[in-house]
Amino acid sequence: MKARVFITLKTGVLDPQGKAIHHALEGLGFSGVNDVRAGKLIELDLADGTSDSDIENMCRKLLANTVIENFRIERLENA
Amino acid sequence: MKSAVIVFPGSNCDRDLAVALEQVTGRKPAMVWHREAELPEGTEFIGIPGGFSYGDYLRSGAMAARSPVMRAVKDAADRGVPVIGICNGFQVLTEAGLLPGALMRNAGLSFVCRNVPLRVENSQSLFTSGYDSGEEIVFPVAHHDGNYQADEAVLDRLEGEGRVAFRYLDQCNGSARNIAGILNDAGNVLGLMPHPERVIEPAHGRTDGRRLFEGLLETVA
Repeated sequence: MKARVFITLKTGVLDPQGKAIHHALEGLGFSGVNDVRAGKLIELDLADGTSDSDIENMCRKLLANTVIENFRIERLENA
Repeated sequence: MKSAVIVFPGSNCDRDLAVALEQVTGRKPAMVWHREAELPEGTEFIGIPGGFSYGDYLRSGAMAARSPVMRAVKDAADRGVPVIGICNGFQVLTEAGLLPGALMRNAGLSFVCRNVPLRVENSQSLFTSGYDSGEEIVFPVAHHDGNYQADEAVLDRLEGEGRVAFRYLDQCNGSARNIAGILNDAGNVLGLMPHPERVIEPAHGRTDGRRLFEGLLETVA
């Protein structure tokens, strides 16, 4: 069973990397971009039966720093 | 003073810190590998050095904060043993929950490597008794992720409780309220991005960092 964890910066936390990407996109002539936020995607290959709360604990204990980041878990069934 | 310097894979200021401690205390610190579950008996001071522990994987300091030795460091800190985290060591301490807030990518995105003027905001702590309150000193910085952030309530509490130990005089990396170093609520854990261990002897060009270790030695010994 696989799961994906999306880690994003909390709203209001400045994202200098997102800003730089935004500038670079504008430099390439893409003028319609209002904002860019950069995050992380972590794919987990898990033993069958791993519970949602197990994955959530992994996020809280290591994968995300909940001082500045939010996480969202997506289970990939049949994967 | 019996001190210990924690060494992670990727630490690179461990030797600088060990030399500074030996010069000031007259005693070689124990170099403690991150896999150790215990600190040497009678450790009176713990230093977490700068560098790039675990190659900054996931987040700076994130992996190191979960290594076995950090449980021993936490226990020692809870017992009141003074702990200093310098640069990557500061990142490790925030990731380990020993200090509030987080250190993010520098606002300008550049690695900042230069001498920076600082103000000593609190000269009453274990670590800053060698300075005058409001004194201006210069320490070098060398970091990519030194942008200190915490929510407004945490920042207000740090300010109100005199837990901002050092502040940048000029904007350095985007840190909230120009915070360069903070103390925990008990006052025995200090994290700072600038490197006091690199300004210890005249050959370094400055000696502003020496008084941090001398003050500590005086209060601990």
